[in-house]
Amino acid sequence: MLAEYTGAVVILLVSTILAGALLGVHLLLGPRREFAEKNEPFECGEKPIVSPKQRFTVKFYIVAMLFLLFDVEAMFFYPWGALFTELGWFGFWAMMPFLGILVVGLTYEWGKGALEW
Amino acid sequence: MEELLPAILKTLFIIAIAVGAFAPIITWVERKQSAVMQDRIGANRADIAGITLLGLLHPLADVLKLLTKEDVVPRGANRFLHMAAPLIAAIPVIASFAVIPYGGLYEFGETTIHLVVADLDWGILYIFAIASIATYGTVISGWASNNNWSLLGSLRASAQMISYEVTMGLSIVGLFMAFQTLRLTDMAVAQDASFRLLGFLEHFGWIQTLPGWLSWIQLPNWGLFLQPLGFVMFLTCVMAENKRPPFDLPEAESELVAGYFTEYSGMRFGLFYMSEFIEVVVIAALTTALFLGGWAIPFLPQETLIGAVSPVFGTGVATGLCMVLHVLTFFLKVIVMIWLQMQIRWTLPRPRYDQVMDLCWKIMLPLSLANIVVTALVILLITGGTS
Repeated sequence: MLAEYTGAVVILLVSTILAGALLGVHLLLGPRREFAEKNEPFECGEKPIVSPKQRFTVKFYIVAMLFLLFDVEAMFFYPWGALFTELGWFGFWAMMPFLGILVVGLTYEWGKGALEW
Repeated sequence: MEELLPAILKTLFIIAIAVGAFAPIITWVERKQSAVMQDRIGANRADIAGITLLGLLHPLADVLKLLTKEDVVPRGANRFLHMAAPLIAAIPVIASFAVIPYGGLYEFGETTIHLVVADLDWGILYIFAIASIATYGTVISGWASNNNWSLLGSLRASAQMISYEVTMGLSIVGLFMAFQTLRLTDMAVAQDASFRLLGFLEHFGWIQTLPGWLSWIQLPNWGLFLQPLGFVMFLTCVMAENKRPPFDLPEAESELVAGYFTEYSGMRFGLFYMSEFIEVVVIAALTTALFLGGWAIPFLPQETLIGAVSPVFGTGVATGLCMVLHVLTFFLKVIVMIWLQMQIRWTLPRPRYDQVMDLCWKIMLPLSLANIVVTALVILLITGGTS
């Protein structure tokens, strides 16, 4: 049962070792000559005057919320799509109200301006 | 544990080809193709004892340079997360090769060879799940760098990547409906066939029998021909996920210096750079497996090929030949898809950020929902809606 996951675990391990080895060799080979000005965050040659750790525009939060809604709803299409010919017209009419709610939600967000940038 | 050795061999094979050969060569192709399109000479300087090999030594020079550069962590950065971010970005990209079949199932007497690292029955979900972990890499790298450009770039990257993830998922639902599976190996087998382009005229009884030459017009049973709109939308979405031009808003050099990896140097930057190019190969392999028939040779199904060769050379040789041809066909299609991505990358200009988001939420999301409904209706008309 779990045997088919052997390959997935192996490739995860191999890719971790590969990426880790590249980073490790770099840390060994690279020179270390630190001084205060070099470690300043890059701000086009100026001293940074604002810290990046502050509030940013609310649009990114809205997009994240829309993503959560739509991605979870999109997940329901997957098993339905894979079994569609078995379900026939019953499956079609069972899914259409769900799709309708999705479209109504999208139209509402669109009208409210949540998709404007 | 008898699965362990084949799994390791298959993993090493696909990683050696994709990460060891394809990814370095397409960094060269990227420079050379841009040079050809812009009437320049392009990368041709790196040499070993005067031998330049058309500039093919540049990827090697890049790796050596990246490995020997100083590793700079900016003041105020979170050292642990700054270190972890490139790993989080690079590892999932390599690991997503696990479920992509680069060959079919071949029987040599007692032993069977199945050319896929992990044959999961929810294969496509594995790819989506693994690929969305890479989003964390970009978000963490921007946040941990203590730099304004990095943070802006990572915010843009996160919003763009999660938006296109929704459309990417919805654009291939039509494909699941056509092939009735989520398993990538089953999809490849289903695409190893062909259908008559005008067969529907007979099916609905509009024509009793097609005249001879019309019934000879056939198309391979590929996702590209069953779901043309799905193919265009899926390719757009995965290219936007990859954040390469024309969708390189998160790292727009003219606005954000280098976006979320502004504060990265040496191999830490190299891992971000490498993961972008490996993802080009992943995209090419995935679209090949989903839409271009995977390892299938058009109009030459596996049984026909083995059946034609085995009377002359025996079944073993025929199966071996079939396997080699299938793997070569797969990588040929992958090369074509890589070429297409490079062509798009150097042809289209970068859109504004609102245009990128509008394309996703206002154009492709409604279109992908409509695609699902239309596909459902067409399938029901053909099958008659009976199970």
